[in-house]
Order: sequence, then structure tokens, then C-alpha cells
Amino acid sequence: MKITQHITFAITLSTIISAPMASAQEHDMHSGHDMSGMQSANKEMDHSDHDMSPMQSSNKEMDHSNMTGMDHGSMTGSMQPQGGDAPINARDPHAYSSGFTLSQGPYSQAGPRQLKLADEHSFWAVLGDRLEYDPDSESTVFDLQSWYGTTFHRLVIKAEGDIADGSLEEMQADVLYSQALDGYFDTQLGVRLDQNEKGTDRQWLAVSLQGLAPYWFEVDISAYLGEDARTALAMEAEYELLFTQRLVLQSRAELSAYGKEDLDNGIGAGLTNGEIGMRLRYEVSRQFAPYLGIEWRRSFADTADLIRKTSGTVEDTEFVVGLKFWF
Amino acid sequence: MKSPESETLHPIRLSRRRFVQGLAAGGVIASTPSMLQANEQSRQTIRGTAPELSGKVIELEVAQSPVNFTGSSRLATTINGSIPAPTLRLREGDEVIIKVTNRLSVPTSIHWHGIILPYQMDGVPGISFKGIAPGETFTYQFKLQQSGTYWYHSHSGFQEMTGMYGALIIEPRSKEIIQADRDHVVLLSDWTDDDPMAVFGKLKVQGDIYNFNQPTVSDFFKDVSTLGVSAALDKRQMWNQMRMSPTDLADLSSSAITYLMNGTTPAGNWAGTFKPGERVRLRYINGSSNTFYDVRIPGLKMSVVQADGQNVKPVSVDEFRFGPGETYDVIVEPKQQAYTVFAQSMDRTGFARGTLSVAAGLTAPVPKLDPVEWLAMKDMMGKMDHGSMAKDTMDHGSMNHGGMAMDHSKHGMMQSDKNALAKPSQKVNHAKTEYGPSVDMRVDMPRTNLDDPGIGLRDNGRHVLTLADLHSLDGIIDDQRTPVREIELHLTGNMERYSWSIDGLEFGESTPVAMKQGERIRIILQNDTMMTHPMHLHGMWSDLESDDGTLRVRRHTIQVQPAQRISFLTTPHDLGRWAWHCHLLFHMDAGMFREVVVS
Repeated sequence: MKITQHITFAITLSTIISAPMASAQEHDMHSGHDMSGMQSANKEMDHSDHDMSPMQSSNKEMDHSNMTGMDHGSMTGSMQPQGGDAPINARDPHAYSSGFTLSQGPYSQAGPRQLKLADEHSFWAVLGDRLEYDPDSESTVFDLQSWYGTTFHRLVIKAEGDIADGSLEEMQADVLYSQALDGYFDTQLGVRLDQNEKGTDRQWLAVSLQGLAPYWFEVDISAYLGEDARTALAMEAEYELLFTQRLVLQSRAELSAYGKEDLDNGIGAGLTNGEIGMRLRYEVSRQFAPYLGIEWRRSFADTADLIRKTSGTVEDTEFVVGLKFWF
Repeated sequence: MKSPESETLHPIRLSRRRFVQGLAAGGVIASTPSMLQANEQSRQTIRGTAPELSGKVIELEVAQSPVNFTGSSRLATTINGSIPAPTLRLREGDEVIIKVTNRLSVPTSIHWHGIILPYQMDGVPGISFKGIAPGETFTYQFKLQQSGTYWYHSHSGFQEMTGMYGALIIEPRSKEIIQADRDHVVLLSDWTDDDPMAVFGKLKVQGDIYNFNQPTVSDFFKDVSTLGVSAALDKRQMWNQMRMSPTDLADLSSSAITYLMNGTTPAGNWAGTFKPGERVRLRYINGSSNTFYDVRIPGLKMSVVQADGQNVKPVSVDEFRFGPGETYDVIVEPKQQAYTVFAQSMDRTGFARGTLSVAAGLTAPVPKLDPVEWLAMKDMMGKMDHGSMAKDTMDHGSMNHGGMAMDHSKHGMMQSDKNALAKPSQKVNHAKTEYGPSVDMRVDMPRTNLDDPGIGLRDNGRHVLTLADLHSLDGIIDDQRTPVREIELHLTGNMERYSWSIDGLEFGESTPVAMKQGERIRIILQNDTMMTHPMHLHGMWSDLESDDGTLRVRRHTIQVQPAQRISFLTTPHDLGRWAWHCHLLFHMDAGMFREVVVS
């Protein structure tokens, strides 16, 4: 897939995801100016509201003209506290430089630029979202992600798989170049490699949108294109509730779909499977948190039929013990 | 007083307690240079109060020394083997020579914070000079053109955070107008046992890793029971929608750092003595890397007489907040036996503490930490009441002029319409680069008032200093010219990505701000983040003005509160390249940093 397609896809994805949110946000922001949405936000607001009413009535006309002026003036489109596009007349951040740069112009130090701060450094991390054991099926699931790079450009590896009887049953690894799209989302482009012990290995081109949606939903949506025009879509969302500073309930949902059946791997066309899980962890530290969890899994449509034919289970509820960690 | 004083320290679980409180004997345990061991003061170095060096020729040596503040031994980066570094007591008008020898295996530097000097002496590696290579001695030489309380610190990597900071006192050449019988430096700082770069790396992975005051489910139900369901939901609506934390008050909390007063842990209890009836001058310096301190002495009024080394009209307060880089001199007149000097961190997770007493060893009750307060809507949105918004923006004249000023700023400036620059423009001009991934919020209706003590100090029953209380006695009145142009910069960041920038551009992506020598310039700093940033402009003064253009106070470091828009005037009198940055060390290193070229 070419870069342009990547971008188009990412934009489409992000539009689908963030457009309703952004517009909702914008709407709320505007209603915020009307104060209607905020009046009861807290005591302070109530108070200022009280202060305001006499003023409003005395300045009623002016308020209106002024608000109109602001909304339709040069600030149109920018009255949104997050995201959005820069208005045409937005300030040029280099306008004060007189053409000088950090290494050129009067009094600059000789030689290559010496002062480099952390914004030009690369960092790395390994994040184990799930490393868990299911005592019933005696299997271990891992869901790891690691990254290396700067704030806005990173190499990301996502690996998810099952280990049973001491051998790797299946694994999916996405190796992606990740680029920041906006304040909270990254677009990612790369490959996905599937290993299936009992089936056939597959390779895919992968494009993802990963980030934090409004209301603190961690979201990861990926689309895949494989050999023989195979396609796949995977969606994952997580939400956390803090009972205390250390006791955290993570809710998690996952949904997969395939464009074409893959009998070797027991996959039917259409929606294939979904998972909903709740994991209650105790953060011994922010980087080390054992958990207990329950997970419900179900296969859908053709995939479920395939499983029924081999008299497997289509629906399953499991208890797990695991560890969430990062370093 | 809002919170009741208690005999015991704030209850903390035992394992944490030692960490937060530190060791009583914490400090530098083996300092290397023998030249300092000679006099009595150097023995106190180990306890914290820095030795004093004075004269026209000073020799400093930078080296690693083992320290133990928490029960774990660590290597600190020290100047002459002490934390804080020696207090330099110099004299206005003197030409001083300061020889700095680097005994580290990496380059080092020393920056003289707030001192007006030639740029080659300013000590910022890569901007003012090459830095001081291992084994090398660099000779700083400059004439002291000012007096007051200042400080000095490393400007290399995170060396400042690992111990390289000290007080710099310049005695006035003519008569000292501040009358005091006794003088104590109270240098506040913070210490982490972890490698600062590792700490920074963790924040890159999880920006809230050190915040243990996050909203919880039980907080929500408490609000439901007191405010009702819809109000409790409303209170959270904006935060959750915008993915912002209302308790994001500090990047590093007591879970990562130990708070120090004169290099002494709270358990160590730094002691300053006085005789009853004396006027005692306390020279407060915030030499910390990450911590805003809220300072008070229960039972004593503090008369603030100097801010950033500049004399101000005395103002009597109970408490003040200051950020890294700022200094305040106060006069107190203690009459009892002992008083606690209490400096709680802005995020309310810990405090630095010492005792002023008639004899060392006495203690006074230590107050409890104030409760954590959620950031208010005005910290996110700026101006919240329509009345004042209407008033400010209704003035179409000033709005238009503001717009014009911006449009023309690249071309030099309009001499024709000077009146437009009599007042700072109110029109918000976001930079193009504020709409990308480096910025998590923008403020469209900033507040411009200076009389807000800030989150956690509002309406706390104590008289808390605000910027509006400060009026310079001299200096600032020397230059009453109307500025010839206006420079607007926005302080920006993204807590989720842990990126900090100006106008959405981190340092590496930025270009310098060019100024002409001797011109009078207005600088507008608008804070488009929800944290307070102490902005330090090297090499020239920052003459703070109110939003009606009245000059207030001369500073070298100005804290800009969330959603606040402040303006100051400056006259770049010295040629060269200068640094300009947030003095929260991690914000600076993340990229909230600009270079200034004066030519």
C-alpha cells in the first residue's frame, strides 16, 4: 500500500472515529459559551452565573453583538480548544526569527548545532497490557506492544498470541511505522505476520489508527490486506475505572472481521469473533500490576458455523490471572 | 488558618514516610575538596546550610559526591562538594572572576540566573559558549551591575536536578535599603534517587505515572451525594471529553522526589536561628527542578521586599507561591521561640520544612498538607464570565489594533500607530503549529488578571501574594518608552505525549526570536496548557505589566498560570544569543525553549 493510500485510509478512519466526537465537542464548547452546559458544573460556576445575570441584562445587546462578532470574525473555526485546522490567518511561528536559525545568523556557535534537547532524542518502551493464564484451558495469552522513537515518529511492534502445552499456538505480530496524527492519535503503517501452528501462516499489509478517544477510551483499529485479496478488520477498545489510586478495573472489548473465508485457519467471511473482558488489577507500582479477570468470547456467523462443524465451542467464559506491566 | 496545625507530621504509610520525609542526617556524606573543610561553616555543609564564598575571585569545582537523602546512597553532581553549592556573596560594581573546574567525566556549565552580563558569560552550552569540558577550567569574568538575591546552577543536561545549584547574593554598592539584623538563605530544591533521564523516559510512556491524586470512582460517588448526579457528571464532563486530568498539578510528585530546604530533608529539619525582636531577612530561592512551592511560616507575617533580586514596595503576606527560578526576599520579625518554615508542593504530595528558632534543635508544629484541589474551569478555559469578556473584546478599536500589530510584526513595525502599543493586545493569535499533535489544547479567551494566587491557594483564608501585589521600587521606571513592537508566544504542550513546546514547536523545530539591541519590546506569553510555567528569559529583564499597560514589577522569571495571558516589556541591552525557557527542567528539556538573538 502506498503512502497516499495509507494517509487516505487513516484520514477516513480518523474521520469516522473523530468526526462525530469533534463535532460533539465543538457543539459542547459552544454551548459552553452559552454557559448552559456549565451552570451547574460546580459552585464556582453557579456563583459567577449569579454575578453575571445583572451584567448580562445591562449589556444584553452588546453581549450579543460581541459574541456574534467573535464567532463570525477571524476566529471562526478556531473556537475549539482541541484539534481542528489552523485558520488561514493563523500566526507564523517563525515570523519573529528575521531569517535566523539555531545554527545560522549572528552570534551562533561554530560547527554543528550542539544543544539538542529531549525532543530530538529517541525513547523506547515495552508495554505488557495482558500477560495472563487461563487455568481451565491451561493456556497463556500475551498482548505486548513496544515502541522506539521520538514523540511523533516511532517504530511500533504489537504482538498477541496464545501459548498452550508449552508451544506457541498462534501469534499475530504487527510491525508498524507510527506517526502522530493529532494530539491523541497515531496512524500506523506496516505489516502483520500471523503464525498458526495448526493452520497456515499469513502475511498482511497493515494500517492502524491508535490513540486515546474523548472520555478516555483507548482505541486501536486496524485494517489488513493480505494475499489473494484477503482483507481483515480488527477493533479494540479499553476503558479504565480507578476505584482507588491503585485498584483499577479495565474493561476491554475486541472485534474482528474478515473479508474472505480462510478455512485453513477456521475463519469464515464476515464478523468472526468478539471478546469482552473485565480485569481488576492492583498497581503495586504503575509499572507492575497483577490482575484477576473474566473474559467472555464468542465466534460469529460463518466462523461460528465452522467451529460447530468441528464440535468446538462458539461461546466461552473464562477466568484469568495475569500481569500488566511496562518498562 | 484553614488547616489546623498539628503536632505530628502528615500521616503517611511507614515505607513511604521515610522516602518523603527523608533521612534526618541526609545530605552530602563525603565532600571532596579539602579547601572548604577548613572553616566552621563547611562542617555545616553536610547538614545543608551552604558555606559562603566572597571576594572578587571565586574558585568552584564541579564533581560527583555521594549523597543519601532517602536511605539509598546516590551520586550527586555538586559544586565544591556541597548541596546547595556555596553561597556566593559578591558586591555590586565589582568585576568578578569565577573559575569553574570540571572534575566530571562529562561537560558541565554554570549559569548565573538573573544576572545581566555579556552573553559569552551566561553559561548555556551551545548558545553562549561550548560548555566546560572534563578536566577544563573555564573563567567567567563579568561586572556586577545589580544587587539582590539570585542563584546559579548548571545548564547542562539534568545536572541541576542532581545537585548543582547555589545562592548568589550581590550586596548593594550604596546603602542597603532593606534593614535586617540577620540574613538567612532559604534555598528550596528537590531530589530524586532515580536517574533524571530515566524519570523523563517514564513520563514519555505514561504522563501521569507520578500522579496519585487522580479522580476515582469513590470521588464521583462523594460528589453525587453532595452535588447530585447531574452536577457530579457535569463536573467531569469537560475533563473527560478533553482527556485532561483536573489533578495534573505537577509532573513529579513525592512518589519520585524528596523536597529539600537548604539541602535538608523535612526530617532533617533545617534550622535557622534568630534573637527575639530581630528583623530577619529570609532570601527564598526556588532552586528546584520540578516543584512549585507554597511557602508560609505559621504565626508570622512575611513582608515581601524583593522579587527576583529587585526591590519591591513591601507587601505583607501569609504565604506565597514560587516556581523554579524565582526568588523572594522577605522580612520577618519572630518573637516566639520557634517557627516552622513550611513549603508544600503545589500538588500537595509533600513539603520541605525547616525551623526558625532562638536555638538550633527546637521545633514548632508542622502544618498538615492542604487538600488537593481540582483545577477550575478558568484554568482550562480562561475568562469564564461574560461580563468581562464582553468588556474586553467589545472595544473594537483595541481589537483591530491588536490584529494590526500582529500582521505587521514581521515587517518591522508601524511607527505610525504607537497608541496601539500602549496596551498589550487582547486578540488571541494561535500559531499555525498549534493545531498539530504537539498541542492538546488551546485557549481562546485567556484571563489577563494578575491577582489570582493560583490553584490550591484561592480563598484559603490566608493572604497569599499575587503578581498584582508586586510593585518595583526602581529599575523598571528607568525605561518608560512605549514598545515598538509586540511578540506573542503561546506556551503549549501535550501531557499524553509528554511534549512541551512554545507555539507548538519544540526547541529542535524552532527558530530564534530576533531582537534589536536597545529596542523596547512587548512580549505576550499566553499559556495554552493547564500547568503553570515559570518562564525565564536570560540576559535581560522581564518588566511585567498589567493588561492596561501599567508597568508593575521587574522580574527574571515570570510564572504564567493555566489559561493566563501575561505581558511584559524588555529592553535587550546586551548583544548575543540567549536562552528563554520554562524553568521546570523537564519542560525545558522537552522543548519549551527558545533561543533569542540580540543583534
